[in-house]
Amino acid sequence: MSGGGGPSLMDSLFQRTLDDLIKGIRLHLPGAAQSSFISKSLDEIRREIKSTDSQTKATALQKLTYLHSLHGIDMSWAAFHAVELTSSPSFLHKKTGYLAASLSFRPSMDVLLLLTNQLRKDLSSTNQHEVSLALECLSVICTPDFARDLTPDIFTLLSGKNFIRKKAIACLLMVFSQYPDAVRVCFKRLVDNLESADNAQTLAATVGVFCELASKEPRSYLPLAPEFYRILVDSRNNWVLIKVLKIFAHLAKLEPRLAKKVVEPICDHMKRSEAKSLVFECVRAIVSSFYEFEFAVKLAVAKIREFLLDSDLNLRYLGLQGLLLVAPNHLWAVLENKEVVIKSLSDVDRNIKLEALRLVMSMVSDDNVVEICRVLIGYALKSDPEFCNEILRSMLSTCSRNVYEIVIDFDWYVSLLAEMARIPHCQNGEEIEFQLIDIGMRVKDVRPELVRAGRDLLIDPALLGNPFIHRILSAAAWVSGEYVKFSRNPFEIMEALLQPRTNLLPPSIRSVYIHSTFKVLSFCLHSFLLPGKGVNSSRSNFVDIEPGFTYSESEQEFTETDHATSSSGFNKRDTFTQEAVVNMLTLVITSLTPLAESHDVEIQERVRNVLGLAQLAQQEISCNHDQKEKMVDKVDLKTSIIIRLINDALSEDFGPVSLSAQERVPVPNGLVLEENLSKLDSICADVQLSISESFSLVKPILLPTDGDSVSNQQNEEDSETSPAESMSLLAEHRKRHGLFYLPSDHNKNASSSFPPANDPNQRDNDVEDLVKLTDESLVLKRKPGSNRPRPVVVKLDEGERLPITVKKTDENDDLISGAVRDVLLGNEASLHSSNPSGRRKGESHSKDKVENFETGNSSKRRSKHRNHGKYVEDKEENSEKSKKKSGGRHKARRRADGGIDVAVQKQVIPDFLL
Amino acid sequence: MIHFVLLISRQGKVRLTKWYSPYSQKERSKVIRELSGMILSRGPKLCNFVEWRGFKVVYKRYASLYFCMCINQEDNELEVLEIIHHYVEILDRYFGSVCELDLIFNFHKAYYILDEVLIAGELQESSKKTVARLVAAQDSLVDAAKEEAASISNIIAQATK
Repeated sequence: MSGGGGPSLMDSLFQRTLDDLIKGIRLHLPGAAQSSFISKSLDEIRREIKSTDSQTKATALQKLTYLHSLHGIDMSWAAFHAVELTSSPSFLHKKTGYLAASLSFRPSMDVLLLLTNQLRKDLSSTNQHEVSLALECLSVICTPDFARDLTPDIFTLLSGKNFIRKKAIACLLMVFSQYPDAVRVCFKRLVDNLESADNAQTLAATVGVFCELASKEPRSYLPLAPEFYRILVDSRNNWVLIKVLKIFAHLAKLEPRLAKKVVEPICDHMKRSEAKSLVFECVRAIVSSFYEFEFAVKLAVAKIREFLLDSDLNLRYLGLQGLLLVAPNHLWAVLENKEVVIKSLSDVDRNIKLEALRLVMSMVSDDNVVEICRVLIGYALKSDPEFCNEILRSMLSTCSRNVYEIVIDFDWYVSLLAEMARIPHCQNGEEIEFQLIDIGMRVKDVRPELVRAGRDLLIDPALLGNPFIHRILSAAAWVSGEYVKFSRNPFEIMEALLQPRTNLLPPSIRSVYIHSTFKVLSFCLHSFLLPGKGVNSSRSNFVDIEPGFTYSESEQEFTETDHATSSSGFNKRDTFTQEAVVNMLTLVITSLTPLAESHDVEIQERVRNVLGLAQLAQQEISCNHDQKEKMVDKVDLKTSIIIRLINDALSEDFGPVSLSAQERVPVPNGLVLEENLSKLDSICADVQLSISESFSLVKPILLPTDGDSVSNQQNEEDSETSPAESMSLLAEHRKRHGLFYLPSDHNKNASSSFPPANDPNQRDNDVEDLVKLTDESLVLKRKPGSNRPRPVVVKLDEGERLPITVKKTDENDDLISGAVRDVLLGNEASLHSSNPSGRRKGESHSKDKVENFETGNSSKRRSKHRNHGKYVEDKEENSEKSKKKSGGRHKARRRADGGIDVAVQKQVIPDFLL
Repeated sequence: MIHFVLLISRQGKVRLTKWYSPYSQKERSKVIRELSGMILSRGPKLCNFVEWRGFKVVYKRYASLYFCMCINQEDNELEVLEIIHHYVEILDRYFGSVCELDLIFNFHKAYYILDEVLIAGELQESSKKTVARLVAAQDSLVDAAKEEAASISNIIAQATK
């Protein structure tokens, strides 16, 4: 056949037709055979498409289009051939070319430039089908260049034959979005089409364009409200009515008087219409924008109920959606249909279940959260894994919303979290982990319950086998270690943390376990060696320091109950017997020694720390076996000294720190941040003390919270010089370097939970400032009237977890609405020139500026438009007059202008419907 | 507005794709994959709407073909169902009880008809008769062009003998 790849006559004569290609593809099995056939056909097409015979070329292009649109084959390389065919005199070939273009062209293609002239030619063709092809293509592949160059042609078509006019109108939306200046040319004629309702299709197309435009920036279209109102009342075309309803749903939010006027006809449609689509659109409009009109909402809710009880699943789904829209303003509607909603939770259709779940969540308040969660947990246990997790996820997010706003009983909530962890399909480990720790840090009162729940999770060996809840176990381990002082039986926790099945955990979580071991160990040793000076005493210190701090009360209660239970068998003093402690040490050493050689650095490091402490303690406690009765001796032990230090370090709470806390610390006078640190050596000289061996073994490990490294380091230093005074030294340090301590942000009282400074009266001003700062940043919210006072939840300013999203409007949308406003204002002003004119100097000045900028920017491009210059003049004349009228509409612009102060002026909004 | 129209067979084969919003080729195949997985796995007697990436996809199954249209959250689902039905009826009338094979072998015609029903993601013609008339008019233009081409190619064939 053809030798050099060029098409020959033979190729043309024996070309595979589209049918041949499709049959061939169907003959070959999907997979290798089919794709090799396709690539063979592609080779043929590449050859055929270069043919000079336009029939051969067209067939090749058609085959390629088929492969592109249904098999995803790239055809950008053939773009030029498609352009070539669009200029063919044969309608068949032109059509093939346009189809290929509209399916495959991308805005970035160079070849688009070649199409401009052909499009223009076809747009002004006498054959309306050719015009139609060009418009269709343009509506899909419109670029700013096309829009700019072809706007005049489309403008002409806007008053042509109906068949073409409707297409041109639909096309305008695309043209406007690509080239906002086209609004200035075409907008008036578009509005004319709204008024001349002689043809249903052009009206539908026009309303469609306005519907899309108004959904982006409704304010600009308020002046057209009378037109839309007329359509709403007169039109019997459901397609059009649906769009008009959407427009009014946008407009009514801006203009209450309009809403009042429109709500009646909407209700009429709702009552009268047989078409469910229209009824639902009415319902949606009412509940989203006209929710202040009680009678309308009642009617809408009745319709929703009809939908909910319908046998058609689509209507049920929409009914639930409608309820979801009503819920924020009229919760009663949801409560009225509660049974249907709850029943829908077990619907066959997952989409309906999801909607129902959303609705249930919308009903949640602090009164019923316990009950609803109980019901939902029941459903979660019954549901398939996917929906079960969906339920858990929405429960977690609803309950934690706004820093656990709706949760009053945190003991209940913690036990709920623990219950979720035990649901077999639970895959929300990460979120539960976060919340367990988050609650632990924020809500002091709940810590005993948290430790209890954590213990229950930890001691269950079965849970370790489920990788999905490893994260939860990690939180449980951390909580048990951090708040071990609330534990009924620390030895039990120790055993749970060291149980053999922990080897199923990933290293990162295992190291949390080991670190918690360290905390529990140091707590037990402390209670054993230094009874009386233990947690209890330091706690009572707490209480002394912070009279009136809410949580102290309940904490006292706790200590009391603690003592109460002591009579029934549990007694700290009894628990920490010599034997128990020695046993525990043995357990620690035997279980952890194999891990000292672990390949995971994190595990190895922590294990060695624990072992260092355990071995030292074991040695000394066994040695002093004889003198164990004597407390004094215990106190003098090396271990005791270390333990006291460690305990001091560990017992310090590090509360949550606001993300912006650092920013709020003012740079103090005299602090030069850029200065060279050449003098650092002299400062550090007295800091770098030699550290004895024993200390290197028991280097305290702290959680990486802000500020802890400082105190950590400080602790070590102080312990070397005079360990007994470490507490007060820490305080000293805090006093001296107050700035480096980010206060725990609780509240004034909490920040003084640090050990008291030697002389509290000599506090630095900086510290005071910080206290004030944190004070301001703190929002404490308490709900009165519940039988049990809600515990204090520490809250930092601004939603920490929610990134602030700034709604950004598209620049083009701004330009479009700007242009629309100008055009409409121009119209209005000329119509109602008798309107009183208001002056707004700053405003108009800046507005002109903006426009100068705009026109300057695009003057080159727009020089083609002859009416442009005239337009600007017109506008300037009119702008003054229209200023006053458009008070409402100017709001948006004023905002955009950015803080130009305009004297508050009474807004005069004409009642467009009068 | 309708962002795209997809026709997918029960086996997951694509029969027609029309994109009214810009999607790159990569995105297009991803969308098709995601949606066909989602829609084909749904049981027969469920509701016709699925939520997908913040949009809604309205689909309806006719024989072995799923007709899917993607719309915005706030658009009217029932209206789109009607549009789908409208399109199917027009196809049915044009091909005479349309079947999947008709659409496979006449894919371009399916596009041309769709282009008379929708433009720029909006319904442009709600009258079935009008659409049928317009499509017929275009067909006759095409036929005229074909005849002409046939005669020209005859001339060429004779000339090169």
